[in-house]
Amino acid sequence: MTIKDIGQELAGVIGKCDADYVEAHLEESQTSHVVYRGRELDSIGRATAIGGNVRAMVKGGWGFVSFNDLNNLPERVALAVKQARFVGREASQLVAAEPVVATVSVEADRDPVAIPLAEKKQLMDEYNDIIWRTPEIQTSTVGYADSRKQTIFLSSAGSFIEQTRADITLRLAAVAARDGDIQQVGLSVGSRGDFSILQSYHDEVAHMAERAVVLLSAPQIKGGEYTVVLDPVLAGVFVHEAFGHLSESDFVYENERVRRIMTLGRQFGHPELNIVDTATIPGLRGSYQYDDEGMPATRTYLIREGKLVGRLHSRETAAKMNEKPTGNARAINHRYPPIVRMTNTYIEPGVVSLADMVGGIKEGIYAKNWYGGTTSMEMFTFSAGEAYMIRHGKIAEMLRPVVLTGNVFNTLENIDAIGDDLTMNQGGGCGKGGQMPLPVSNGSPHIRISRCLVGGG
Amino acid sequence: MEDLLAQAVVAAEEAEVFTVSSEGTLVQFEANRLKYLQTKQQTSVALRLIRQGRVGYATTTDIGERRNLVSNAVETAQFGMLAEFQLPASGVYSPVAVFDAGVVSVANEAMIQLGEEMVASVTAYTPGIICEAEVAKGTVSVSIRNSRGGQADYRKSYFSLGIEGSLVNDTDMLFVGESVSSCHPLSNSGAVAGAVLRQLELAKDRASVPSKSLPVVFTPGGVASALIEPLMAAFNGKTVLKGASPIGNKLGQAVFDRKFRLRDDPTVGYRPSSRPCDDEGVPSQCTTLVEEGVVTGFIYDLQTAAMAHTHSTGNGSRNHGGLPLPAPSAFVIAPGDTDFTEMVQDIKEGLVVEQLMGAGQGNVLGGDFSGNVLLGYKVENGKIVGRVKNTMVSGNIYQALKQVAAIGREAKWVDGFLQTPPIYCPGLSVASKR
Ligand SMILES: [Zn+2]
Repeated sequence: MTIKDIGQELAGVIGKCDADYVEAHLEESQTSHVVYRGRELDSIGRATAIGGNVRAMVKGGWGFVSFNDLNNLPERVALAVKQARFVGREASQLVAAEPVVATVSVEADRDPVAIPLAEKKQLMDEYNDIIWRTPEIQTSTVGYADSRKQTIFLSSAGSFIEQTRADITLRLAAVAARDGDIQQVGLSVGSRGDFSILQSYHDEVAHMAERAVVLLSAPQIKGGEYTVVLDPVLAGVFVHEAFGHLSESDFVYENERVRRIMTLGRQFGHPELNIVDTATIPGLRGSYQYDDEGMPATRTYLIREGKLVGRLHSRETAAKMNEKPTGNARAINHRYPPIVRMTNTYIEPGVVSLADMVGGIKEGIYAKNWYGGTTSMEMFTFSAGEAYMIRHGKIAEMLRPVVLTGNVFNTLENIDAIGDDLTMNQGGGCGKGGQMPLPVSNGSPHIRISRCLVGGG
Repeated sequence: MEDLLAQAVVAAEEAEVFTVSSEGTLVQFEANRLKYLQTKQQTSVALRLIRQGRVGYATTTDIGERRNLVSNAVETAQFGMLAEFQLPASGVYSPVAVFDAGVVSVANEAMIQLGEEMVASVTAYTPGIICEAEVAKGTVSVSIRNSRGGQADYRKSYFSLGIEGSLVNDTDMLFVGESVSSCHPLSNSGAVAGAVLRQLELAKDRASVPSKSLPVVFTPGGVASALIEPLMAAFNGKTVLKGASPIGNKLGQAVFDRKFRLRDDPTVGYRPSSRPCDDEGVPSQCTTLVEEGVVTGFIYDLQTAAMAHTHSTGNGSRNHGGLPLPAPSAFVIAPGDTDFTEMVQDIKEGLVVEQLMGAGQGNVLGGDFSGNVLLGYKVENGKIVGRVKNTMVSGNIYQALKQVAAIGREAKWVDGFLQTPPIYCPGLSVASKR
């Protein structure tokens, strides 16, 4: 039996439950990976997985049952309902949704997992060889992983949605060493299951390895406040961490005090600042047609002309805030319930050229690429894979990697120039509530931030 | 499982089947109210085989997929690494107590009550605080069989309590939190809430710090968030083998302060990080990594150990979903002889760091850390005077742990994988927004 057959049987069961709402997810996936650590191939393997869950709502309480034994599903449904009843103590609130019956076949024929392992290994060999050709390289990591996932979503309201998605990630790192000093540089790219996109990174891999060696003789910056210019990759991480997570309504909807500071219309930045989240752009890693609550994907302005104008919702947060649903409920896999997540998040392009942006800076930092980023909602940190001093309007010497930090309530205000060169980065993965890494993408043009706090030696 | 092993050895010289099954229950509170009751069931099977001297690997969670599992593993073995190791034949396992049947019988009502107690106690102390709380329990069964007669089976229970509070005042946000875990059922919601109340008390007032080098006391949570990631990378036998560990060639040398002692210990009774054997069936052992500041060992799985011409320390881990790799079970930093209050009293101007956000995002291999003080306090003239914000603490663990001012007397488990006392560093770079 396919998961579709199982889903069709299950539809009859969840339609007859004594609950305010019931939904189920069934999922089947195939993955492969090739990993080099150093010169040697370290791991190559294939995995298949199958599983599902049932989620029920009774009087505002949720029950959730996940499993990968697909026998006795009516019992699992009954358990989810029983759990929800055990929890529920108020009224269920979910924003209205039209039942959707659909088969999304846009990417049904795209299957990176089926590409012969030999082909994947050969490409990784090429990249690893490039890294090792660089003098003073101590070791390398090349990690390739792909997946293809078929999902069935069904709900007690009559939805039945079949979707397929493919995903590829490639993470590379070069480590250089000299006299006990160790420096590393990484590169992280991804694609929506299109292997050919990953075949043209030879120059970037070479550049990455060279930079690891240059870092050995690079100085460390003194900590303090600087004017910083971020490249599109790092600015994309910045917008994701600094603002994206705060626009996820599950942090807002039950917290009166947060609702007060996140009122629509609040000025967060200059009138040139526009921030968008959208799952509707084909080919990006955060895109989909229906989210994991069966809601259609949308395009949502979070910031428009510097003002807070929207936020990301699940059916429950939209209902409780009396706002329009945005289709942003996502789960990393069947083991977790969907929660409010970003998709593809970016700053819209402005008009300033990079030369003009850097030109006005007496002493500052030009930060590129990313190591990572995290947020506490108010505070965020993000780290640059590559950084240079800016002196008298010119990009000068390379620095050791820098970690930047800020406070969302004044850093967005401090964005005083927005470039004209929007680029989306497909190498990211987002973590929240133990669900990580969720495929997302983020992007931005070059931006300039005044008075940004930078950690240092 | 024996079937699968039998099928695999037809196609390969050696084979190993690793099965893990888990069942768990999770009670979640959101915004001070009960929100979710979840149960999770999961079984997965991993097949590793050695064919023509090379390692092949495949996993599945699909019980019906066994035949494909063998063919997938055989396919990957064409490209796999050369197997330098031998699978362990029947081993002798010292008992490590990790199962308490009492966990299974804890009722949902009791779990909910524990959550309600934690939330009630924190919200009563600080009106306006919004809490997320979790009470979780479950069991995990692990079973390993290999073609050399090796076999290992064990069952583990776990129970955890955790609470996080956020207190918002206009655009100022304070985050506090505590969690504990055990293989026994837990009932001490008061102790968990009590730790959060202490944080709330210390963070009541605000203080600011100058940008300069200052003494810093890391609480156990601070040690976990700032210093541990570089140590875990540096003592990993794989990092050492690849020449990417700054201490890889310093075995027997004094690298850290004489007061600093570190071990990996999967044998502590009733800890969720403990187990009688690792994920390759190698018996668990306590591995000394640093003794009186001197590097004494690294952690290894079978393949890495064979390539490094040494023995597995029983640290083969499959946590990341691929072939076994060396990974710590639980790092244990030995307690010293100084009270936390004595450390604070010793400081004229400095910081106590409970949580450093984003510290592991820099050059972790090189030992660098740099992060925003998510929860930390200013110390003035021997007293904690208030919470600091907009402050970064940066350093390198090889400098910071070379000379520590003191190591705390009381060690605590943090995040399930680390037992550590507070650590007092005499001078670290602090950058603060004016
Ligand atoms: Zn994120």
